[in-house]
Amino acid sequence: MKKLATLIGGVAAVATLSMGAQAQTLEQVKNRGSLNCGVSTGLPGFSSTDSAGNWQGLDADGCRAIAAAVLGNANSVSFVPLTAVERFTALQSGEIDVLVRNTTWTLTRDASLGLNFTGVNYYDGQGFLVSTDLGVSSALELDGAAVCIQSGTTTELNLADYFRFNGMSYEPVLYDTSEQTISGFEAGRCDVLTTDQSGLYGLRLQLSNPAGAMVLPEVISKEPLGPVVRQGDDNWFNVVKWVHYAQLNAEEMGITMANVDEMRTSNNPEVVRLLNSNEMGAHLNLDANWAYNIVKQVGNYGEMFERTVGMGSPLQIDRGINALWVDGGLQYGMPVR
Amino acid sequence: MNDQSKTRRAAWLYNPTYRNLFYQALVVGGLFWFLYTITGNVLNNLEARGISTGFRFLNQPAGFAIAQTLVEYNETYTFGRTFVVGLLNTLLVSAMGIVSATFLGLFLGISRLSPNWLLRKLCAVYIETFRNIPLLLQIFFWYYAVLQTLPGPRNAINFGGESFFLSIRGFYSPKPIPEPTFAIYVGLIVAAVIGLIVLARWAKKRFIATGEQFPVLPTTIGVMLGTIVIGYFITGRPLSFEYPVLRGFSFAGGMRIIPELMALWFALTIYTSTYIAEIVRSGIQAVAHGQTEACRALGLTEKQRLNLVVLPQAMRVMIPPMTSQYLNLAKNSSLAVAIGYPDLVAVFMGTTLNQTGQAIEIVAMTMLVYLTISLSVSAFMNWFNKRVALVER
Repeated sequence: MKKLATLIGGVAAVATLSMGAQAQTLEQVKNRGSLNCGVSTGLPGFSSTDSAGNWQGLDADGCRAIAAAVLGNANSVSFVPLTAVERFTALQSGEIDVLVRNTTWTLTRDASLGLNFTGVNYYDGQGFLVSTDLGVSSALELDGAAVCIQSGTTTELNLADYFRFNGMSYEPVLYDTSEQTISGFEAGRCDVLTTDQSGLYGLRLQLSNPAGAMVLPEVISKEPLGPVVRQGDDNWFNVVKWVHYAQLNAEEMGITMANVDEMRTSNNPEVVRLLNSNEMGAHLNLDANWAYNIVKQVGNYGEMFERTVGMGSPLQIDRGINALWVDGGLQYGMPVR
Repeated sequence: MNDQSKTRRAAWLYNPTYRNLFYQALVVGGLFWFLYTITGNVLNNLEARGISTGFRFLNQPAGFAIAQTLVEYNETYTFGRTFVVGLLNTLLVSAMGIVSATFLGLFLGISRLSPNWLLRKLCAVYIETFRNIPLLLQIFFWYYAVLQTLPGPRNAINFGGESFFLSIRGFYSPKPIPEPTFAIYVGLIVAAVIGLIVLARWAKKRFIATGEQFPVLPTTIGVMLGTIVIGYFITGRPLSFEYPVLRGFSFAGGMRIIPELMALWFALTIYTSTYIAEIVRSGIQAVAHGQTEACRALGLTEKQRLNLVVLPQAMRVMIPPMTSQYLNLAKNSSLAVAIGYPDLVAVFMGTTLNQTGQAIEIVAMTMLVYLTISLSVSAFMNWFNKRVALVER
């Protein structure tokens, strides 16, 4: 099977790669001329392919933003679709340069897998999707239900904790990909589908009758999702981290895809530092246009959000806690100086 | 140095035994050096990259649930336990598949040589169809196209009173619960089996001594059926049954086979049985036609011909390739991951690997398990093969 091959290949690669090769991801990406970016195999709003085969979504655009900053071209991305089980091995073994795949930041993953989370591009929480025929209005009424889950995720652990804590039982039905999960739910193999709330809204759209299913109000966990890189390459870690901050700063400063050229000649020193500073670029080993390229080609964080998961997208997810800190949300761009 | 000692030394050098030993030692040494180096290399690299290693994770709580467990398990058990749960589920589906594929394959193989035209052709079509469709597609077919179109638990198909239900959640049947007298019942059955073994030995001895035949098979069937049925009532119905009842979201109580297991079992059985059928056919055809003619000349019945002459000789041809099919079936059961049956690969190499990130340890353990299963099956079949092999005097 493909998965087995990837895993074994990955393990073999971890085993044989020498230490020296991993400290220069930035150089490798520049030499290769394209970014190998790990994404999900298909989650609407985050990373999925449209009818023309182009990757769309918040995570896919996250990959593009990194490519724009490093290579000056947002389209220089090789997307590598990965299942939940394959993702960390692919990153550890160097098959991908960065993983932008709705991955939850947890202590174990951060501290024991040789990985670093670079930030949070979406604050999420786990929820439940049920069929409206079921007549259930709260997750606490789900005792004894069969639950469809995508295997190998934190979702599985949160679910077990939640049901045990509330003295309820459940039957887990595990699938490998989100497509299989939604088809199992639709066929009635399970009563409930659980994953991150954002995922639920996206998956609901894939049902033949989205109105026949509803998302329950309970959010049972914190799911901070963000990009991941390998440990031991601080320069690359900084680059990926600051791509996100650059997009947040751009939104705070009101710089958009449309006005970025105009803003570039602004006399606001903050804006100049972000868009046109040799010094800031040099700190990251990038050129002065790094942030300009991101905003010009991909947009600021808010634009990216609205286009992929927000009100301008089929998912229509409210900005909620993903709003900027100045608007009462959690997204906070570290100062560029 | 005189000529003689030179020759002796040369003899030592050119002695094939010593030379073989030398080269074999060289190869083994090289292999060990290679393994030693890559193991050290892996450990160094993992440590340098901050990836934890070792088997400590096996004692950590797993924290996730599994749909089908043959041993007691809940999410507070350890990852070591998830390994056992996955392993047992793999063994279960492999054993079920091996038994059913063997029976189906035997039937198909013999039927394919039947003088009945319709039966022969139907078997040929069956074999050629299912042998040539990839197993993964067959698994998907059974799971998605057949079992996932079944009704939900509330509209479950009911057959056999209120005892047997089939729905998308699986097949439910009453669950037997042993009563105190159950031990006596089991004792009766064991006694009957022992009695029958003694009878069979006596019949064989008598046959060798006098040539008179005793109807062992009909007697066995009769005695077993009698013991099972009559004994059941004599011991005062030693089993009570817990019936599945629709409660809440689904059925509660009773016994249940989850649809993932059914789909995998069907697919493995149907796929492997085609290969076994061909092996059976080739085995039977390998017995020279002269043997059949000789049987007829001796006046043996068709049944005697098959049981006493043809099958014992066909077995010798069949067993080695059958071993391969059993091994294939056990290994193919790892395709379970495609439909979410909680086998070793899905539970251990899937979820456990993802929760702990210990890829090397887990992949190594999984590979070792499949290797052990395969070698055990192989060893058993080799032993069996030796037993039935032609003993030349």
